Amino acid sequence: MHIVDGALSLPVLVTGGVLSAIGVYIGLKKMDYEHLPLVGVLASVFFIASYIHLPLGLSSVHLIMNGLLGILLGWVAFPALLVALLLQVIFFGFGGLLVLGVNTLNIALPAVIIYYVCYKGIRNKNAKVAAIWGAIGGAGAIIITSVMVALSLALSGESFILAAKAILPAHIPIMILEGFVSYAAVYLIHTVKPEFITKEYS
Amino acid sequence: MPQNLEHSLASWSGQALKHETSWIDDIDARVRVVCSGLFALVVVLSEQFTPTLLGLFCAFFLVKMSKLNIKRTLRRVIAMDFFMLALICILPFTTPGEPMFTVFGLAASWQGLSHALLITIKANAVLLVLFSLVATMSASTLGHALAHLKVPDKLVHLLLFMVRYLDVISQEYKKMRRAMQARAFVLRTNRHTWKSIGYLFGMLLIRSVERAERISDAMKCRGFCGRYYLNDKMKISNVDWFFGLFFLCFLLLLIGLNIHGLLQ
Repeated sequence: MHIVDGALSLPVLVTGGVLSAIGVYIGLKKMDYEHLPLVGVLASVFFIASYIHLPLGLSSVHLIMNGLLGILLGWVAFPALLVALLLQVIFFGFGGLLVLGVNTLNIALPAVIIYYVCYKGIRNKNAKVAAIWGAIGGAGAIIITSVMVALSLALSGESFILAAKAILPAHIPIMILEGFVSYAAVYLIHTVKPEFITKEYS
Repeated sequence: MPQNLEHSLASWSGQALKHETSWIDDIDARVRVVCSGLFALVVVLSEQFTPTLLGLFCAFFLVKMSKLNIKRTLRRVIAMDFFMLALICILPFTTPGEPMFTVFGLAASWQGLSHALLITIKANAVLLVLFSLVATMSASTLGHALAHLKVPDKLVHLLLFMVRYLDVISQEYKKMRRAMQARAFVLRTNRHTWKSIGYLFGMLLIRSVERAERISDAMKCRGFCGRYYLNDKMKISNVDWFFGLFFLCFLLLLIGLNIHGLLQ
């Protein structure tokens, strides 16, 4: 999911950087100092989600969970994911420094889209219905993310088109898996602490 | 991903990468952050092999100088290089150019290979410089340096809070995983696993948010008005000027080599 430095062309890097900066700006506007502890905690939960590795046949995949983060945080997902990705680049070497804008956009924009798509559904009184919307959000975010990753590769040069095409089918199992996990997570939150989802954070 | 890498991720709580003290630690944090940022900019935008290779050598030199644990550093880079290996296998076949050899009627081109190698060198060089210059300071020092560099205050606060809570939440996660293991839960590829992990994740969210509320209340009770104060006065000394100038000259050399290559 993380694109490395040097692979993308300059226009893609600049576009990604500018759009991410706008997203982060909106996110920061919507976030008060009051909410900082909460956003910080949620961002670290998602940081930790990315090292939960689930077996998938012979290989294993890690959770991304950007859909659920989007549902909870809305636009604030941009700064939260930017910081998480920055820490992952510097201290773990996932991705790269100049592609940070593109990587943030690829993960945070789907989160924001899911926020608007699932806004109503996730607040449904029935826990099952809300959980299904959670699953749609979880799986949908992965689809949009993989399409965006594929696009940023394909736009960077003809030679990446094959790799870009390979990304979509590779993400279908992850999508299904995230759908199930998000379903269960939303179902649990809805039964244990419904006010947590219905509350406004941003 | 190998198990040991997952472990190193799970137990990270904002500390610097393991290394012995070196002269790089004495350099001002801001200078290190700016230098590595500029380095990434120059190396990634290079088109020729000579400047990128020089950058990679510089990166190796800095890793050696910062006395990072070589084995651990390499382990981190190698995780990425496996991905690059796939790229090196694909790109020659998808880039048109002079054929190198053919497999099943598909021609592999030299241009593709050199493109893939160039990407590999750039990615490695940037990461190694980041490890040696930036990751040798703790995440909170990095946050303070960013604040002094006029990065938006809220973003820096978010970073500081996140670093603070990572350890707490990772402890919580490990506790819950251990409880599941004690009940003989094994990760498999089935719906039961996904449901259980979903529940684990949902519970982790709830517990963390409740914890955040408690922490926030406790901090307010002690007069916290929503922000940290950055008390450390960062000072630029002679060593910093020297290092910064030297680094800048090196980058100018790389830029010069690029322009030279373009003109030819």
